[in-house]
Amino acid sequence: MKHLLSVTDLDAAAANGLLDTADRLRQALLGREVRKLPTLRGRTVITMFYEDSTRTRVSFEIAGKWMSADTVNVSAKGSSVSKGESLRDTSLTLSAMGADCVIVRHPASGAAHRLAAWADRDATMTGTHTSIVNAGDGTHEHPTQALLDAATLRDRLGSIAGRRIGIVGDVLHSRVARSNVFLLATLGAEVVLIAPPTLLPVGVEQWPCRVSPELDAELPGLDAVMMLRVQAERMHGAFFPSAREYAVRYGLSDQRAALLPEHAVVLHPGPMVRGMEIAPSVADSPRAAILAQVRNGVHVRMAVLYHLLAGAPE
Amino acid sequence: MANDRRGDVGGAAPDRELLSAADVTRTIARIAHQIIEKTAFEPARAEDVVLIGIPTGGAVLARRLAAAIAEFTGTAPAVGSVDPTLYRDDLRRQPARALEDTAVPESGLDDKLVVLVDDVLFSGRTVRAALDALRDHGRPRAVQLAVLIDRGHRELPIRADYVGKNVPTSRSETILVSLTEIDGRDGVALRRGPGDTGAGEDA
Repeated sequence: MKHLLSVTDLDAAAANGLLDTADRLRQALLGREVRKLPTLRGRTVITMFYEDSTRTRVSFEIAGKWMSADTVNVSAKGSSVSKGESLRDTSLTLSAMGADCVIVRHPASGAAHRLAAWADRDATMTGTHTSIVNAGDGTHEHPTQALLDAATLRDRLGSIAGRRIGIVGDVLHSRVARSNVFLLATLGAEVVLIAPPTLLPVGVEQWPCRVSPELDAELPGLDAVMMLRVQAERMHGAFFPSAREYAVRYGLSDQRAALLPEHAVVLHPGPMVRGMEIAPSVADSPRAAILAQVRNGVHVRMAVLYHLLAGAPE
Repeated sequence: MANDRRGDVGGAAPDRELLSAADVTRTIARIAHQIIEKTAFEPARAEDVVLIGIPTGGAVLARRLAAAIAEFTGTAPAVGSVDPTLYRDDLRRQPARALEDTAVPESGLDDKLVVLVDDVLFSGRTVRAALDALRDHGRPRAVQLAVLIDRGHRELPIRADYVGKNVPTSRSETILVSLTEIDGRDGVALRRGPGDTGAGEDA
């Protein structure tokens, strides 16, 4: 594996390999006082975030640090980006400084792919190898989120193949939903997107999933339900009449959660807007795996860094 | 590491058997007796001794040794496994390796007598990595090493406390260890030429 740009680059074997590595890393660190592995000593990992983030950036940084990589964080605010430097020049600068891996989040879909193409071209000229990890590009993909969701589901349900997973809410603006649909389908799950028609992207009928507008009708048949955040910052039009109406029709209330089977798991990629897409009592209930998702995020990102950086360069 | 096992390469000289299935069973029983003697193993203080296997072959051997010790004394020592892969010094020489199970007994390793178990002792680099891994899991009172086969060619100052069989080898040869739990049968053989894993630097 050279870069991690899209879950569609992973087949079932590669995805399961990453999840297995994440499990083994969790085992290796279980109950230890010293949460530090020497594996990536001397490797430099740079996170480059052009959008706000708490858990993704922090968990990548922790993942790198727990494996002894040197991690450096660059954000658009406070860097030369605010002086007008282009993505191309910023990335050239970072790889000239010897970054082995650049983890990028960018508001433009496809930004990580551009960086990877540049990195590959520079590699042939300079002999340096820089791996690119997509930590969210616009409304396109967020591969490590899908991987940590899969890790959490595998953990809680015991398996993913044959399970029915509902993804509810703002699919249109959600890179999390897109990455999850494709990864879960690769892993053999049956995915149902549940959203108002105005919040579904063009071309969704070609995705490997079913679409339904009726949350209440779907809940009893789900093994897991993933609630998406309503992305107000990406909404520049009227996608639904009011926040209150959205919450009434698509929010996961106590009454709705009661429709789920006993074993069903509730996921949310965070950050949550409590009272909007999910009721506080549901978010804090034992069937919610929201904090487990965060914990798994560190191990999954360690696994990604391990597969990209620990072995011989490809 | 589970080295040099499985696969048949046609054409070359046939593999020479070093230990038969019965030899493997006898050898494990003998090492178990030696561990009981050397660690002054007493059922009353069984939790003082922890057998830690190096996956995959060493982890199987550690479980067998524990079972043999239980048979002879009535009490089994704690058993676990530690995967040294994350601590290896040759990670950058090949594509990222798959990780194996790590399972340290809940009672931990602090102040315990740890017997590290592997199938083949070769360069000593796997044991070096395993010692580093152990250090991050706790502070044992002492660490000893038990191996089924010592084939020589050490690259580090490491020696085993318990050896099933010393086998003089050349570097171009390969030791093939088969264990029932993994390969369906017990046995150790010597192959002239590299194994199909190319794991010459392993163990």
